[in-house]
Amino acid sequence: MTKSLKGIKRRTLVKSGLAGILATGVAPLVLTRGTYAQEYCNAPTGDTVTLGFNVPLTGPYADEGADEQRAFELAVEHLNGEGDGGMLPTYTPSVLTGQGVLGKKVAFVTGDTQTKADAARDSARRMIERDGVVMVSGGSSSGVAIAVQGLCQEMGVIFMAALTHSNDTTGKDKKRYGFRHFFNAYQTGVAIGPSLGKAYGNDRVAYHLTSDYTWGWTTEESMIASTEKLGWKTITPVRTPVGAGDFSQYITPVLNSGADVLILNHYGFDMVNSLTQAVQFGLKDKMVNGKQFEIVVPLVSDLMAKGAGPAMKGIYGTSNWDWQLEDAASQAFTKSFGAKYGQPPSQAAHTAYVQTLLYADACERAGTFYPPEVIKQLEGFEFDGLGNGPTLYRAADHQCFKDVLVVQGKETPSNPFDLLDHVDTASRESVTYDPAIFGGELGPDTAAMC
Amino acid sequence: MNAILAQLLNGLDKGGAYALIALGLTLVFGTLGVVNFAHGALFMLGAFCAVAFRQLITLETVTLDPEKLSPWGAPLEIRTPLAQSWFGDFGGVLIEYSVPLSILLAIPVMAIIGIAMERGIIKHFYKRSHAEQILVTFGLAIVLQELVKAIFGANPISQPMPSVLRGAADVGMWLGMGPNVLTYPWWRLTYFLFATAIIGGVFAFLRFTTFGLVVRAGMADRETVGLLGINIARRFTIMFGLAAVVAGLAGVMYTPLVPPNYHLGMDFLVLSFVVVVVGGMGSLPGAVAAGFLLGILQSFASMTEIKSILPGIDQIIVYLTAVIVLLVRPRGLFGRRGVMES
Repeated sequence: MTKSLKGIKRRTLVKSGLAGILATGVAPLVLTRGTYAQEYCNAPTGDTVTLGFNVPLTGPYADEGADEQRAFELAVEHLNGEGDGGMLPTYTPSVLTGQGVLGKKVAFVTGDTQTKADAARDSARRMIERDGVVMVSGGSSSGVAIAVQGLCQEMGVIFMAALTHSNDTTGKDKKRYGFRHFFNAYQTGVAIGPSLGKAYGNDRVAYHLTSDYTWGWTTEESMIASTEKLGWKTITPVRTPVGAGDFSQYITPVLNSGADVLILNHYGFDMVNSLTQAVQFGLKDKMVNGKQFEIVVPLVSDLMAKGAGPAMKGIYGTSNWDWQLEDAASQAFTKSFGAKYGQPPSQAAHTAYVQTLLYADACERAGTFYPPEVIKQLEGFEFDGLGNGPTLYRAADHQCFKDVLVVQGKETPSNPFDLLDHVDTASRESVTYDPAIFGGELGPDTAAMC
Repeated sequence: MNAILAQLLNGLDKGGAYALIALGLTLVFGTLGVVNFAHGALFMLGAFCAVAFRQLITLETVTLDPEKLSPWGAPLEIRTPLAQSWFGDFGGVLIEYSVPLSILLAIPVMAIIGIAMERGIIKHFYKRSHAEQILVTFGLAIVLQELVKAIFGANPISQPMPSVLRGAADVGMWLGMGPNVLTYPWWRLTYFLFATAIIGGVFAFLRFTTFGLVVRAGMADRETVGLLGINIARRFTIMFGLAAVVAGLAGVMYTPLVPPNYHLGMDFLVLSFVVVVVGGMGSLPGAVAAGFLLGILQSFASMTEIKSILPGIDQIIVYLTAVIVLLVRPRGLFGRRGVMES
C-alpha cells in the first residue's frame, strides 16, 4: 500500500478531494434560492417584488404610453389575485397562481420616457438604482426600447419590451436581457404585401414619408422590399423628424411626384397628423396615372385610428392584436380592461399586459428571480392563450413569432370603438425568418450587481 | 412648375404663422425694449383659448342606452352636446364653427393676459439687462406651459375645422392650369389670408391712427414723447396687450392644422426669434418679410429634389439662412443702427 510523505493514505486523499469538490462545486447548485439573493441586481428580499413600467406619458407616442400603463396596472392586479384574472385562466402552459410571484406580492413603479431615448434611460436607471426594480418594461418607440434594452443588459435587469416594431430591437441591437412580444417591421412587410397587391394591383408608384429613426428606417426598408416584390416602383423616400407636427412641406411634393400611393411610415401623433394633413391636401380624392390615389399606414392601432377619425377610412395597415378578435383570451382581456377603464385595450396595452404575465410566469417556472435562470425559461418558450394563438419566444433573437393581422380603417363604424376591420391574417410560418438576416449578438447572460 | 407653385403656397402659409408670431415679438421689443421669451407661450395660450371654447360649448349630457352593450357588458353611452340640446340647429352651427368663433373669446382673454403679464412681472424688468429679461420671461413661459399641462393634460387636442373648409381648393383652375393640377387645402389658404389681414391691420393701426402715431414716436424717442406730457408707458402696456392678442389669434387659427399641446409655444419660440433676428431687431417690416422668407425657404428645402442633393437641409435651412444673413448684414435684413448695440 502506497503512503504519502506525510503518512496520509491515498484512498483518504481521494475521499477528501471528492468531498471538497462536492462541497465547493455542487452544493451551490443545490442551495440556489438562498445564494442567488446575494448575486444579482435588486434581488428581492422582502415580501414584495417591484417591477418598473417605463412608458411615454408625454411626446408623440403618449397615447400608447398611457394605455400601456393601464395594462401594466391591470396585469399587476391580476398577478396579485385581484379583479377577474383577465388572461390568467386562458394562458397555457402557465404556473401562475394569482398569489403574486414566488410568494411575493407584486408592486410597481412608473416613469415617463417622454418618447426620448436619454430621458427613458435616465428613468430606467432611476427605477433600477433607486426603486430596486427586478424587471423593466415599456417602450412605444424603438429608439427608446433599444436604448433602455442596452442599459438593462449592462445592469443585469431583464427588459420586457412593450411597443417596439423596429427590426433592430431583436436584430442588430438584440440583447440577452431584452425580449420582444410585439411583431416587427419585417413581419409587417410580409403580411401586408399580398393585401396591397390584391387591393391596388401590381403597377403602382409609391412615395414614402418616413420617421427619421430606427423604426422608420426599418419599416421603410421592409415596405419597399415587400411592395417592389409586387412590382411597385419606389420614389426616393423622404425622412421626416419625429414630432414634426406640421408635415405640410413634406406632403406638398407628393402632389406632383407622379406617385399614386403614399406610404406613411409614421406612428402615434405623427401618423395622426401626417394622415389628416394628407387627406386635407385632397390626396385621397386624387386620380394619378389613371388610378385612385391611395394611402397606406404600415403600423396601425386603434388609438391612432381614433385620433385620425374619418381620415382613417379605408386605409390598410397591420396590427399585433385587435380587441375585436374572438378567441377566449382576447375577449377575457377586453372584458377585464373595458370594465376597469371604460374603453377597449389597444395593441400597445395588450403587449404590455402579455409581457408582464410572461415574465412573472418565467420567474415561477425558474423558481427564482435570478435573471439568467428566468432568461432560460423565456428562450424557446412556446405558449398559447394570450390572444395571438400559438406563439414562440425564439431563443436565437428573443423575438416572438405568431400570426400578424392585416387591418383596414372601417368605413362605417358601428360604435365609437369599432374603428378597424380585420381583413386578413398572415400565418406565423409566413412571417418567420432566419435570425441571421438582421445580424447582431445577444451577448452574455452574466448576472450583474447594479 | 406646379411643384414650385405648391411649395410656394406652402411657404406662404407657414410664413404667415412665423410672421404673426415675430410681429408680436417685435412690437414688444420695439416699444418696451423687452426680449420676451414668453411670446411663444402666448401663441400656445391662444391655441388653448380655442380648445377651452370648444370644450365649453361641447359640454355633454350622458345617457345610457340599455339596449346596446359594450364588449365588456356595460351599456353604451349616448352623449349629447348641451349647446345642441339648448339651441338646436344653432348649437350645431356653434360647434361646427368653434375655431373661428373662439376668436371672440381669444381677443379679450389674450389682451387681459398680455396686460396682466406686463403690469405684473415684465414692467419690473425694464431697467434690467436683456439676459435677466430673457431669464424671467423664459421662466414665465415654463410656468404657463405647466399650467396648461395641468389643466388640459399633456396630449394634443384635435380641433376640427368647419366642414366647408375641409378638403382642398383647386388653385390650378384659378390660374388657368386645368382641373386637379394644383390643389391646396382650404384652411391653409384661409390661414394665409387671415395672417395677411392681421398683419395689414396692425400696420394700418400704427400708421393711420393717432394712437399708432404716438406709439411710433415713442418707439423712436420715448423720452421726448414723455416730456410732451403723453403717458407713453400706458400706450406701451396696451401695445403689449395687442402683441399678446396677435400671438393668440395666430394660435387659435393654427389649431386645425396641428392639434395643440402644452409644448406648442416652445416649438415656435426659437424659430420666431430667428425670424426677428433675420428681419432685424425692432423692425416690424423686417419681422414680416423674414417670416415669409423663412417659411418659403423651409418649404423649398423639403422638396425631394433638394433633399436628395443636400440631405437634412430642411432641418437646418432656417438657421443656415440666419447665419448667412447675419454675416452679410449683421443688423438683419431691415435692422436699424443702435438697436441691441452698446
